[in-house]
Amino acid sequence: MINFNFFVLPFTLGLIYVFLAVGKSWYRWIAALPAIDKVKLTNGLKHPGKIAAALREIFLESLIHRKMWKQNPLLGYMHMSFALGWFLLIILGNIESRYYSGTHLNAPYYPIFLKFFIHDKLVLFFEVYSVPFLFRFFMDFLLIFILSGLVLAFLKRKQSKWFGMKKTTSHHFTDRVAITTLWLIFPMRLLAESYTAGYYGNGGGFMTQPLGNFLVSLTPLPSDFVAYTMWWCYSLVLGIFFVMLPYSRYMHIPTEILLIFFRHCGIQPKKWYSSFSETEVQSCSRCGVCLDDCPMIAAGIQDSQAVYFISGVRDRYVPEEISQKCLVCGRCQEVCPVGISTDSLRLIKRREITSGQASDFRYLTNGHSGKGDVVYFSGCMTHLTPTIILAMKGILTRAGIDFIHLDADGSVCCGRPLMIAGKDRQANELIEFNKTLIRQTQARMLVTSCPICYRVFREEYNLPIRIQHHSQFLLNLIKTGKIPLQGHFSKVAYHDPCDLGRGTKTYEAPRELIGKVADLVNVREEREKAHCCGGSLGMFEASNSQRNLMTKAALDILVENQPETIATSCPLCKKTLGRHASMAVKDIAELVYEAIPRE
Amino acid sequence: MDPQVIIIGAGIAGLTAAGALAEKGHHVLILEKEAQPGGHVAQWDRLFPSRRPGSEVLDHIRKIMDGRVEIKPGIRINGIIAHDQDFTVLTEEGTSYTGQALLIASGFRLFQAERKEEYGYGIYDNVITSAEVETVFKQGKKLLTSKGTLPQRVALIHCVGSRDEKVGNLYCSKVCCVTGVKQAIEIKEQLPQCEVFSFYMDMRMYDRHFEELYFEAQKQWGVQFIRGRLSECSEAPDQSLIIKTEDTLTGRPLRMIVDLVILLVGFVPEPETGKLVEMLGLSTGEDGFILPSDEHYNDNLTTVPGVFLAGAVKGPATISNTIADARAAALQIDSWLKTKP
Amino acid sequence: MKDFGFTVQLDHSIDYDAKDKRMMRYVLYHEPSLDWCIGCGSCTATCSAGQFTLFNIRMAHTLLRRGETEKLKQELKKCMFCGKCQLTCPRGVNLRNVLLRINRAIELFG
Repeated sequence: MINFNFFVLPFTLGLIYVFLAVGKSWYRWIAALPAIDKVKLTNGLKHPGKIAAALREIFLESLIHRKMWKQNPLLGYMHMSFALGWFLLIILGNIESRYYSGTHLNAPYYPIFLKFFIHDKLVLFFEVYSVPFLFRFFMDFLLIFILSGLVLAFLKRKQSKWFGMKKTTSHHFTDRVAITTLWLIFPMRLLAESYTAGYYGNGGGFMTQPLGNFLVSLTPLPSDFVAYTMWWCYSLVLGIFFVMLPYSRYMHIPTEILLIFFRHCGIQPKKWYSSFSETEVQSCSRCGVCLDDCPMIAAGIQDSQAVYFISGVRDRYVPEEISQKCLVCGRCQEVCPVGISTDSLRLIKRREITSGQASDFRYLTNGHSGKGDVVYFSGCMTHLTPTIILAMKGILTRAGIDFIHLDADGSVCCGRPLMIAGKDRQANELIEFNKTLIRQTQARMLVTSCPICYRVFREEYNLPIRIQHHSQFLLNLIKTGKIPLQGHFSKVAYHDPCDLGRGTKTYEAPRELIGKVADLVNVREEREKAHCCGGSLGMFEASNSQRNLMTKAALDILVENQPETIATSCPLCKKTLGRHASMAVKDIAELVYEAIPRE
Repeated sequence: MDPQVIIIGAGIAGLTAAGALAEKGHHVLILEKEAQPGGHVAQWDRLFPSRRPGSEVLDHIRKIMDGRVEIKPGIRINGIIAHDQDFTVLTEEGTSYTGQALLIASGFRLFQAERKEEYGYGIYDNVITSAEVETVFKQGKKLLTSKGTLPQRVALIHCVGSRDEKVGNLYCSKVCCVTGVKQAIEIKEQLPQCEVFSFYMDMRMYDRHFEELYFEAQKQWGVQFIRGRLSECSEAPDQSLIIKTEDTLTGRPLRMIVDLVILLVGFVPEPETGKLVEMLGLSTGEDGFILPSDEHYNDNLTTVPGVFLAGAVKGPATISNTIADARAAALQIDSWLKTKP
Repeated sequence: MKDFGFTVQLDHSIDYDAKDKRMMRYVLYHEPSLDWCIGCGSCTATCSAGQFTLFNIRMAHTLLRRGETEKLKQELKKCMFCGKCQLTCPRGVNLRNVLLRINRAIELFG
């Protein structure tokens, strides 16, 4: 039996090409890793547990597409049918070809075009229950599985709404070629196998055989010629797809596998563009899930979302405006099926733009602070919401806490607003200044009212004392019985500030705290999925009217269950939402303070 | 007998128009949401620029209409039905009134100063509004701090709730500048030893005798004007207030400790009027005030035939402007009723 | 030299026509909202850096318009970027982007 025909060449050459190209990329990325990351990678690969965890994640995310399922079941099914279906087809095809060839070593094209090379000349009745039947059955089944995904993919182009997507991404030329060939692969396989089965009158499965018989009866041309042409077409689309893959969005498939290994070995995003960033960028599938979940969509901004930003990074040109046109709210990061750290990629770009800008904070001469058990840092913004300061000072006094209000006469900024503009180096001067001041107080705990400060205190300050946002601190005061509560609010909706929620994963403390003084109503999109209020300091390139639209969109969701009060835990959110809300917007510290019986 | 004209609002616009229509022999009914007629002017002590008592003007207007116009106080409107020839106004109490023409003279509301949180109204006892100052004067009392002491230094803050994108009001409220000057003088009259500072962005002294009043405040009363907008206000332990602004003419930030901060609150559209707008299908400008059918030559008419406008429903207006506008509206209504088929 | 009957001491006055306007053009192109400023001083009054040193954003804007580049460069280094100014501006000027763009302009043309 000669298991070769010229038509297998496009596929075979394409396959060799894609292996070489992907291998080269993998090698390049691994070689370019910073030394510390290389150590992490080699250590990680010696660890069977980590490899198993990585393989598990690859199975769940790359094949099952778990996060896509969570996003939208149709979208999840579509991706799963392609990835898992194709994967199983390859596995089963290999086993099947071993059965027929009797050897483990087959040419790589052999399982792919198996039906061309073998066909059961005779089907005996006992074969119905035998191995070939089972293979035929499952191979046809998998083909249907994939084709159903293809139908969905086609529908998605026309009706993206059904897939929970209002916006889909627009694509480059190579992407178009790749997607066209990808979509053609399985219909071609179907036609090739069906015509072959029809020509021989046997060898097909429950779908390919009747379809083949039917097609042969329809076609005026000699059916062996048609079948042979179809095999050529099948091989050609496969070959073209493989050659285009490294230059198209489908490169994300092999890259994501590497990325998952990187992550499981403990490699993390850096402050500068590293090889890890490059694998993240190349892992972006351009699926566009981040578009619909971006709060900027409400303001009609649709050119700077993560997918477009990353696409610019990939092509090594991102206009400054695009880098700066982002709330850095982190919502896209939560929904990204690949888990790309979109915010840190954005900040890396911003550092490239602004890190060289000079600043001079020598005017900050070391003032001296008093001493206290707890140091309260209200934050710059909180000075514009004096009720929060008043409430905090009132509660602290009432609880009998020895505290010092560090920035009573104006704050030295915590540094995060500079960092979010890409000016980490400049921020460090402020951080060092504040650290000295905080140390001088000899306090055992730092409490702040501002989530922006809270996040940077935790991430960058390395203070040897406890750091809490006031939501956590007040909750603790209530739990330990330090403050009496009497009043009770009805129907409060809670707005998660980005830096407190997604930024530091503080979701429960504020809710538990509100629960002590009010009836918390549900908000449709909350916690990880909470909308940015629109006031974010991360945004530079939005006009006021655009910000207003984002605020209104966030408010619309907050008021769905008719709350009487909107609570938040950030002075900036409070001010921003308060501008447009038709009901009171209060900080949780205010709620607590109002619930304390007056002496 | 059904009235010919229903007027919504018994402030000076509604009362003036009612008087003028009654003089022309029309049967007029005024619906008022408050218990007493007179609108904002009834709460005001003296009027700029002459500082005559507001009650004088109000008494004069009422004298014209008294006995000839019916006023229904305490009315809440919850529906208006437009027929071919007339309008039926339904109230929450279940009563209804039908008239051939409708005049909306429901005025404005003062900006709620709590919305400007950093100014401390509702948080610090010594931050008050210009309206509260009028109440004190009207009651013949002295302007005192929350502790009952005489203020040694008072700051008047212009443009509170006006010309401020942060509260969504981009427009100028027109009357606060001159009200601030008037109140500054009145404070000096009452408390000659008190220092009075005015913090302004622009002094808009556009009408007759306004500039003279401004000059008088400087020349005769020693009121000090600082060009800078208040950014924040905080409270010292003794309940005096620390205000932060920039003295833009020296280009340096300025801090000042004052005993009393008076916020010159601007005009905002009356929310109740918003309901009328919806019921009648009228249109409003971006500022939320009702748009007349033409801002120059039909500014008492609306796009709905038979529905007329007068006074501050169309935006901030002085009392003299409002009175003139209400008389013009009465003339328009009179001729409309006469030409009606 | 022609005698006009008066003299102008150039170092004391702004010679508007001789000033470099590239930075102003750049910043206004990228952040047109700067044109909305009415010079009320809210930004300077609330400024965090302004609590510790003489730093005047309103003035920085005027320096930009008058092409006083050198002075502007020194002034701008003091900014902590906290964003309070933007939160008080009654005209809604997008001040943090203004500051970012002036910094950029200094790099490009300074």
